[in-house]
Amino acid sequence: MLKISQSDYASLRQHGEETYPHECCGVLLGHFDDNGANSVSRTVSRIARCGNTRADSPHNRYNIDPKELIRIQREGRERGEDIVGFYHSHPDHPAQWSPTDLAEAHWFGCSYVITSVEKGTATITNAFELSGSDEADKKFVDEKAEVV
Amino acid sequence: MPQIQIPSPLRQYSGKQASIEVPAKTVGEALAGLVSRHPDLKRHLYTEDGKLRAFVNVYVNDEDMRYLQKEATALKDGDTISIVPSIAGGC
Repeated sequence: MLKISQSDYASLRQHGEETYPHECCGVLLGHFDDNGANSVSRTVSRIARCGNTRADSPHNRYNIDPKELIRIQREGRERGEDIVGFYHSHPDHPAQWSPTDLAEAHWFGCSYVITSVEKGTATITNAFELSGSDEADKKFVDEKAEVV
Repeated sequence: MPQIQIPSPLRQYSGKQASIEVPAKTVGEALAGLVSRHPDLKRHLYTEDGKLRAFVNVYVNDEDMRYLQKEATALKDGDTISIVPSIAGGC
């Protein structure tokens, strides 16, 4: 499960509208909650917008500069926050993970939030947890997003 | 002593430590020291032929080691090595 505030939820969706028709991307900061029985949920305390370095194909690809991520991670660490996930948008495309999304996902145990932005308006937002133990068995699992 | 920042998906293989100090003079030595102490990390960082996986970015402070001297990049006390799996995708 992913817990996120209404304001952060609205903000990541708005980001997708602002960058339309290009994909937006960003980081979810917060903490992991061990619920026992191999169940871990994530609580978002803040989101950090990022630039999309895929200037060659921004309408259907995104990439976050590792250097930007390191800065975000360092600032988060100073606040006691961890990276718990990422978000991006799909312009005029469903809020479902694609084969590219899965191939490029490597942050196991983190949430990947995807917003469909249709003709400039954010519609559906879905969350997925990257599950598995390594590249060979990784998969996205539907995750409930609790907006509080 | 240089410090290695471990990303959250790999902490289950590093004794849940988010930051590990490793005595080393180069990035290569630091990473070798890391996987020596935590062998389960190796397959997540390296391919079977011993090369760093393409999606694993290694930064020394704010510089990508690929644009420095790669594994031969010299380290000094206080340097931070960040292991950063790529974040990318798209519809």
